[in-house]
Amino acid sequence: MMKEPFGGLILNVAFRMLVPFTIVYGVYVLCLGEFSPGGGFQAGALLAVGVLLARLILGFDTKFNVLGKTSVVMAGLGTFLYAFTGWLTIFGGADYFLNYDYMPIVLEPKHEMHAMGIFLIEIGVAICVMMTIINLLDAIVKRGEDDGSVE
Amino acid sequence: MRGLVAVILAIMTGMFCSVVTYLPQIGDANAAPNQHVTPTYISRSAEDTGSPNIVTGVIIDYRGFDTMWETSVMFLAGLTTVLVLTSNPVGRRPEEEPEDPEEGEIIK
Repeated sequence: MMKEPFGGLILNVAFRMLVPFTIVYGVYVLCLGEFSPGGGFQAGALLAVGVLLARLILGFDTKFNVLGKTSVVMAGLGTFLYAFTGWLTIFGGADYFLNYDYMPIVLEPKHEMHAMGIFLIEIGVAICVMMTIINLLDAIVKRGEDDGSVE
Repeated sequence: MRGLVAVILAIMTGMFCSVVTYLPQIGDANAAPNQHVTPTYISRSAEDTGSPNIVTGVIIDYRGFDTMWETSVMFLAGLTTVLVLTSNPVGRRPEEEPEDPEEGEIIK
């Protein structure tokens, strides 16, 4: 299914327009997660949709793509980034896990450090969600190919 | 046995239904669950977390540890689903070994 372009003039043109906006909107939701509704989970889903739409119209040759086992590794790395942020605060001398007051980089005023910590965590969550979704779709497509039901 | 289970389920359902009227109204500010930590979150979230969004403040900052395990659970669930999906669809169950003739005789 995704080795070759999806085909169809209307879908090609429409998705070609849609993909950059989807990705930009995903990054926007990620960066503004602290101030507005939204955050890592939604941003990850949007970025994954961007990748999958790009695959649908261009096949696996598309530039913005995640191939093979990269998605599994990146999903784990995203989860690790979350935990690592917690450890960073512990290394900075925090009294409990994920106390952003003790981030190793000092910024003034103090809520800037909170903003940085929240941003790091949301990047981790977004990467994890995005790569997990891509991973699932890869698995389903691969299973269909093995099965012979999808060419 | 089945009749007994049905009777027990009916009694339990009746008990639950009779208690429903004593539950607090949804959105009641004076209900016990809304009096515990919610006022603290609402009044102090902005200065504590620096985030103007209370939901983000609670999820990522006050309950950050909880969200970390949520992310881990989601990662593991996705990974497990992928493992199940990529396993051989035909089934890799080993063929049944032919019965050992001697054992068969003993059983007989």
